[in-house]
Amino acid sequence: MNGAPLLSVKGLGKRFGGFVALENIDLEIRAGDRLGLIGPNGSGKSTLVNCLCGTLHNETGSVVFDGRRLDGMIAHQRTRLGLARSFQLPKPFRTLSLADNIRIPLLYTVNARAGHRLSDAQIGERCAELLGDVGLADKARRLPGDLTQVEMRKLELARAVATQPRLLFADETMAGLSPSEVEEILAVLFRLNEQGITIVLIEHIMRAVMSFSTRLVVLVAGNKIADGAPQEAIRNPEVEKAYLGE
Amino acid sequence: MRVFRFWLIAAVAGIAFTALTRAWIANEYYYFAAYVVLQYIVLSTAWNILGGYTGYTNFGTGAFFALGAYGSVVLHKMGAVPLPVMMLVGGVISGIVGLGTGYLTLRLRGVFFAIATLAMAIVVQTLIVNWDYVGGSRGIYIIRPAEAPISGTYIQYLYTLMMVLAVVSVGIARSIEGSRLGLGFAAIRDDEQAAEAGGVPTLRLKLIATTLSGALMGMAGAPLPYYVTYLDPTSSFSLAYAVNSVAMPVIGGMTSWIGPVIGSILLGTIQQLATVTISSALNLLIVGLLLIAFVIIAPNGIVGLVRSWRRTRTA
Repeated sequence: MNGAPLLSVKGLGKRFGGFVALENIDLEIRAGDRLGLIGPNGSGKSTLVNCLCGTLHNETGSVVFDGRRLDGMIAHQRTRLGLARSFQLPKPFRTLSLADNIRIPLLYTVNARAGHRLSDAQIGERCAELLGDVGLADKARRLPGDLTQVEMRKLELARAVATQPRLLFADETMAGLSPSEVEEILAVLFRLNEQGITIVLIEHIMRAVMSFSTRLVVLVAGNKIADGAPQEAIRNPEVEKAYLGE
Repeated sequence: MRVFRFWLIAAVAGIAFTALTRAWIANEYYYFAAYVVLQYIVLSTAWNILGGYTGYTNFGTGAFFALGAYGSVVLHKMGAVPLPVMMLVGGVISGIVGLGTGYLTLRLRGVFFAIATLAMAIVVQTLIVNWDYVGGSRGIYIIRPAEAPISGTYIQYLYTLMMVLAVVSVGIARSIEGSRLGLGFAAIRDDEQAAEAGGVPTLRLKLIATTLSGALMGMAGAPLPYYVTYLDPTSSFSLAYAVNSVAMPVIGGMTSWIGPVIGSILLGTIQQLATVTISSALNLLIVGLLLIAFVIIAPNGIVGLVRSWRRTRTA
């Protein structure tokens, strides 16, 4: 793992009018990493994910993924390159069954890539498999409206995983879940990481972040103030100040 | 395979219905009335590809429709062009305008997109009003040929052509449903950001929808000059086309190809009946009342009503 990083961000900046949401962010993510991204509310975590995935466009800086510059690339092109994300507030396709929710990334991302194309039958199997991985197999024909909050977050995760990403941003997939449900999602994420997917976990639940991450990045007010081993990063005086005050 | 079977059944049904009506019905009025109903099947099906499947409300139906009609006027003045060719040309013109409108406005969403299409209709109407060659604001008389290229009267010919177009439109709508394209449209309708995150090229798909929708509307408008024999901007750009092509899918149901068909047959027939029994001025009032009733009682249209009834029965 000594080659070039999978994702490399240099001097990334984003502002909304006069408000500076992100300032001069440098970040390198290596293949296989389990990176925790934390920070107080409004510190720019989701904005960073949005800029990296193409939902928003950063004004300054550059992003290189797997040796390719992503600047100016539209979101769906980035997805096809292997960047996937779940949304902080689940955004299911409300009028489509769970199976069809999963079918869309399979048809439009996996089958849009060069190489092996999945047949209709294979797509059906893959849908069932992906839903099964998050425990939703028996609800494949239901609509997202019938799901609980937890299940909705699982669907969100399954849909991101369906794109067969190399790098996955899990944006607060555990918010509002009970401890046992957090464990469930963590188990899914660990399993994905073992399968070779690099994962960035954005989370407020510290117990989950600390047990999952091999590295921790802390954002405060649009600036990166710490980056390193989790235990060291949270003892950083600046991080303590941001979370606990002086 | 199922799509192929649908095309086959639709074609056979269309031919059978046309043959039967032409064998048994001699009164020309019925063809005039049926033509309008068929025309609305095309318009509302076309509207639904963009409005129902993709979730973008278009209030510019009148413009796409009238452009097809005025395309025919230009061709008519230039010389003897067969009507089916005029329909293709009308489709190309309105398809291109659909593509352009889509490209300029699709960064707008929801009500802003609707307002932009309404504005587009007004711009196009203003251009036609000031174009003398096609009659300007005075309008233009088009002499309907005495002889139809196929057996029967000219109005029967128009009716037959519109039947063909209706079958083709419904066939296209049915083919989109459940296809890769249809799923992509549905993803855009439900959540555009999530669609992009799933790899759906939203802009390209939206352009396909506006182009296809516009083209079918243009094709529906192309025979209009021969139907009315006097074409003027006020009536050809009438807001009634926009209102009807929105109301019919809403009343029938927007998620399925059958919705606009049911809505058009129902509303179109009621309007034709009202026109001959009471007054044509009543038409839009009927549409308005039905629209309010359906939005309150059955927001998913007749199709939605039947589906939920079936679900409760099986459950």
